[in-house]
Amino acid sequence: MSIPTIARHTSIVFSREVRPLLRSPFQMVIAVVQPIMFLALFAPLLPGGATAETLQWFVPGMVAMSCLAAATMTGSNLMLEMATGSHERLLVSPLTRSSLLLGRALKEVVPVIAQALVLVLLTWPFGFAIHPLGILGGVALLALFSVGVGALSFALGLASKHQDWLFWTVQQTLLFPVLLSAGVLLPLDGAPTWLRWLSQANPMTHVVAATRELFAGRYPADTLLAGLAGAVVVLVIGLAVGIRRMQRAD
Amino acid sequence: MSTPAIETTDLTKTFTSGKTATTAVDRLILTIEPGELVALLGPNGAGKSTTLKMITTLLTPTSGTVRLLGHDVAKRPAEARRHFGFVGQGNSAGSLQHGRDEVVVQALAHGLGRRQAAARADEIIDALGLADFAHRPVERLSGGQRRRFDIAIGLVNRPEVLFLDEPSTGLDPASRAHLQGIIRELHEETGATMVLTTHYLDEADAPSQRVVIIDHGRVIADDTAGALKAGLGDLVTLHFDDVCRAAAAADALRRQHDRVEEAGTSVGVRTDDGPTAGLTILDGLRDAGLQIAGIETSHASLDDVFLHLTGRSLRESDSETGESEDVDPDSPDDNRPDPTEPNPTEEVAA
Ligand SMILES: Nc1ncnc2c1ncn2[C@@H]1O[C@H](COP(=O)(O)OP(=O)(O)OP(=O)(O)O)[C@@H](O)[C@H]1O
Ligand SMILES: [Mg+2]
Repeated sequence: MSIPTIARHTSIVFSREVRPLLRSPFQMVIAVVQPIMFLALFAPLLPGGATAETLQWFVPGMVAMSCLAAATMTGSNLMLEMATGSHERLLVSPLTRSSLLLGRALKEVVPVIAQALVLVLLTWPFGFAIHPLGILGGVALLALFSVGVGALSFALGLASKHQDWLFWTVQQTLLFPVLLSAGVLLPLDGAPTWLRWLSQANPMTHVVAATRELFAGRYPADTLLAGLAGAVVVLVIGLAVGIRRMQRAD
Repeated sequence: MSTPAIETTDLTKTFTSGKTATTAVDRLILTIEPGELVALLGPNGAGKSTTLKMITTLLTPTSGTVRLLGHDVAKRPAEARRHFGFVGQGNSAGSLQHGRDEVVVQALAHGLGRRQAAARADEIIDALGLADFAHRPVERLSGGQRRRFDIAIGLVNRPEVLFLDEPSTGLDPASRAHLQGIIRELHEETGATMVLTTHYLDEADAPSQRVVIIDHGRVIADDTAGALKAGLGDLVTLHFDDVCRAAAAADALRRQHDRVEEAGTSVGVRTDDGPTAGLTILDGLRDAGLQIAGIETSHASLDDVFLHLTGRSLRESDSETGESEDVDPDSPDDNRPDPTEPNPTEEVAA
């Protein structure tokens, strides 16, 4: 299957998925309530208190957290469509299997971008410095990472057909360890060695570290490369697993 | 000879979960010519959906092959998908989507350009009387409206073959009749091959309608509804005041007829021409001095055909949970007086 065909099919699936979201933009933006609550509850706990500096550290983490949470929902949206006949009906169309996955995973990025913008604008008056280019780069990095996570969630959704509990158990069990060991909510500076090892092995750690630098308008090559590598590893594994799973009929 | 629209050879699907294996479709052989409208009729769990899913590339057969317009479906699924439309047992349109958008998406998926896709979608939406509901989330449509959108989605690529899996299940009798009319009209207008599954007898019961009866994953009968029923003949049912008279009458009737069955105080006789035979029987029994309490004649229904073939009533096995082998305990044989109404219209539990 040629790349242009996959791209065209992906854009068909993506537009289809995005349409209901765009019809209720409020629903999309309201999702920032959770990161804002986390901000209010966690920022004062951080070393140094709720200063501009802690905001600079915390906000990119919150954006990354929204990304992860949204992307892991790809599979649950798929399961909804499998329960009715709409997934089946796309399967019997000439759309390529990989585009069904790519279009869906990409769609999860849309609300994340909206939320990132809202979060940045909301924290701006409290001293969050805005570096447009850096933010753009950070969001792009998170988008890559999200598509990979979305593809994994999609594969999990396919594997959980007719057993929703499986999906939710795995999703819930993994979500918080991944978030915490990536140092999204609290810094891991004082963490025991095993936790630091775990953190280093978690691709999200590197993605978040790079996002923080980008949002702050700094561009240290090693951190950015490590972040990109983390995102690409997740993307490649996600697509490989997801597409393999998708191409197996039943 | 032209290429058949559909040709299955020894099509088999066995589902295994743990130690239990269910053979849903069992060496099914079926050939459908281009332009035909065929009803696959069978009780719950007969294997109708599984058969359609294998033909439409949604399931991989355990063994056997499917050819769709000459394409081997398992070997070249992508090619096959260009040529058919599929209306599954569930709803094709996503519940949060607008009906029209879904029709357009399907047209785009089939390679039409934006403008062409929109025009084609509007055309089919108008034809199905859906224009007023086109811009509403599908979850806010009635069952019948949703089903019509499903058909619009299935037809928007002008497929050569259209599959409909229980298109009218869950609809009220009026909507069912409406939908049935739409399907027949579309068949005439488009000339497409159409294969629909149903367990509503009346939907398969037009005289020239080809009916394929499926039970336990096998084809057990395949002919027009008219021929299937004619093969069984009419039923003349005679009622008597007591069992002795019924038994005596049955003995007398067996000298002239091969298919005579007793059930209590009633005797049923299968004949080619019920009304005429009824009169002759009446005369004969009167001459023999046997008093008759009542007589009725009825044409065979598809349910009778199914009952005759399997010993089970299609409607009974339908209202059961699945593949129940039970037959009404009061009438262990297929000789109980048949319902006089040839086209039962009552709703059946889906
Ligand atoms: N994915 C599956 N896994 C296991 N068994 C299955 C699966 N799909 C179908 N079956 C079994 O295969 C048999 C045939 O099912 P199928 O859905 O083809 O029947 P059907 O004729 O379409 O029935 P209905 O009228 O209820 O739709 C049933 O016994 C069913 O339980
Ligand atoms: Mg079925």
